[in-house]
Amino acid sequence: MTELVRSMTTAMRFDFDFKTYGPFLALLALIILGTLVNPAFVSEANMTNMLTRSAFIGIIAVGATFVITAGGIDLSVGSMAAFIAGIMIIIMNTLLGTLGVGWLTILTGMALSVVIGFAAGMINGLVTTRGKIEAFIVTLGTMGIYRSLVTYFADGGTLSLDFSIREIYRPIYYDAVLGIPYPVLAFALVAVAGYVVLNKTRFGRHCFAIGSNEHVAKYSAIHVNRVKTLTYVLQGICVSIATIIYVPRLGSASASTGVLWELEAIAAVIIGGTVLKGGYGRIWGTVVGAIMLTMIGNILNLTDAISNYLNGTVQGAIIIVAVLLQRGNWRRKK
Amino acid sequence: MKLKTTMIAAAAAIALSLPGLAAAKEITTIGVSIPAPTHGWAQGMNWHAKQAKKRLELAYPGLKIILELASDPSDQANDLEDMVSVHKIDGLVILPFESEPLTDPVLRVKKTGAFITVVDRGLSQPGIEDIYVAGNNPELGTISANYIKGRLNNKGDIVVLRGIPTTIDDERVAAFLEGIKGTNIKVLDMKHANWNRDDGFEVMQDFLARFPKIDAVWAQDDDIAIGVMEAVKQAKREKDMFIVGGAGMKGIIKRVMDGDPLIPVDVLYPPAMIATAMDVTVARFMSNGPVSGRYILGSPLITKENAKSYYFPDSPF
Repeated sequence: MTELVRSMTTAMRFDFDFKTYGPFLALLALIILGTLVNPAFVSEANMTNMLTRSAFIGIIAVGATFVITAGGIDLSVGSMAAFIAGIMIIIMNTLLGTLGVGWLTILTGMALSVVIGFAAGMINGLVTTRGKIEAFIVTLGTMGIYRSLVTYFADGGTLSLDFSIREIYRPIYYDAVLGIPYPVLAFALVAVAGYVVLNKTRFGRHCFAIGSNEHVAKYSAIHVNRVKTLTYVLQGICVSIATIIYVPRLGSASASTGVLWELEAIAAVIIGGTVLKGGYGRIWGTVVGAIMLTMIGNILNLTDAISNYLNGTVQGAIIIVAVLLQRGNWRRKK
Repeated sequence: MKLKTTMIAAAAAIALSLPGLAAAKEITTIGVSIPAPTHGWAQGMNWHAKQAKKRLELAYPGLKIILELASDPSDQANDLEDMVSVHKIDGLVILPFESEPLTDPVLRVKKTGAFITVVDRGLSQPGIEDIYVAGNNPELGTISANYIKGRLNNKGDIVVLRGIPTTIDDERVAAFLEGIKGTNIKVLDMKHANWNRDDGFEVMQDFLARFPKIDAVWAQDDDIAIGVMEAVKQAKREKDMFIVGGAGMKGIIKRVMDGDPLIPVDVLYPPAMIATAMDVTVARFMSNGPVSGRYILGSPLITKENAKSYYFPDSPF
């Protein structure tokens, strides 16, 4: 890493730094492409819609940046989101009778969501570290557990938030302050907090160290297990925040909620320049990655030039090119 | 005392098991293999299958129904093998995940002498099934087209949200497009929303950003319709258009019943068709009336006037 930085600062002083600006460049290219495809793309309404939509994956991906930087992986986030959404809806519907239709019920639901997210992250973290099982297997297991639990609670159907409480909760997704929708605001706050924690704290540095080399980190007196567990806890809390803004959108949760969100979150993290095997992470890149993923879907919806059946092809190609832009050796040889 | 209790218990157990032994040969076992719920309609279908199992087993003491949910086509093929080897089924009711990969597994069940009922998705080889029960996908498209034609007086701009790319979706859309042929109704664009609320919401948001004038939305499915409805409300354009869904979800039927101008009608594609299939299959073993043949259920238009008879408040769908 340091060697790379040195080589970049000496020999390549006048070259464009693809590694840092790659994601932004790809985003810019997508924005230009979108505008060319359909001028409606840059309309305020479309931009707001898109940024609001990207908030779910974005917030989850900020958490995933920590997990991946520390050399872990969390596959359970999509079904965890569905599970938390389901429990939130059940609890709020139940509390209606005692706490009444009002913010108290909603706030209780939100608080509970954070508690479950915290606990779920703690379980993933402790089983991984104390149980000495690969994170891939642990979170693959919890992924199946949460998914089937939400199906069970919904009796195979859809859990719907009571209409009266939903009317009060609805603005959390649909309203804005100073023209910025609440979900976008939440996304920005989570990103800033994530940036500070990852780059300006000891915990953040420990994440980098563990991801680079767990053994060296251990001999450097870093509490490896504690730090790793904490990354999963942060991930769980991020999932709960994403769920808090997801529930008011359609007021429902079912077995098909949050399917494949885990892969989208991981893709956003990697597009942003974080290394999948750990050791290096970048929150701003993740934010750009999440926005890019949503933007691709949005642009495809704005044109009928490409067959619907080829959506996946376009998405896949753009993801690969975006990562290639920053990984490939585009600089002049020394 | 203790010994006595044990003896009584043992005697009771033997007594209880005796009629069971005697009746063992007369027990009819029916296997029901359906896809696990992946979207709203399939959830409703699962619920109705469970209800029918409960009801039929209660009505016929000699009947045993094995209900298996499959998560993909190969999982379903495994279920069929287990049904034959472990449960020795006399009859099979199957809603195939996909037609092609399940044709051969069903044929193998047929060769054991079992009675075969196929639901909704036909097999790719004719003559395997004894009974075929299905909704009418082309009719769903035609009925929707007819309603939209009538409401718009053969003139206007519409958008279409498609389902998961499958034969079902193709049949519905082809019939719909055939239905509006020759009119001045223009389909602005069609996108896949995968019979899913979230996708319906996002695709509709983008349609709304793209087209300043939309007169009607053919959402084809009630889950999609719910997402579409939220997007239209968010853009505050609910006065400009109406939405036609399909399936018969209780929340949508309730809106039709209450006269919601945004959702004036719904087109039925009943998830309860699995119950119909189970009924006629059981009738093959329990009744003297002939049952073999093809049952194509209608896709009637649900309006404010008749909505009540399609409303099942207890169903999860």
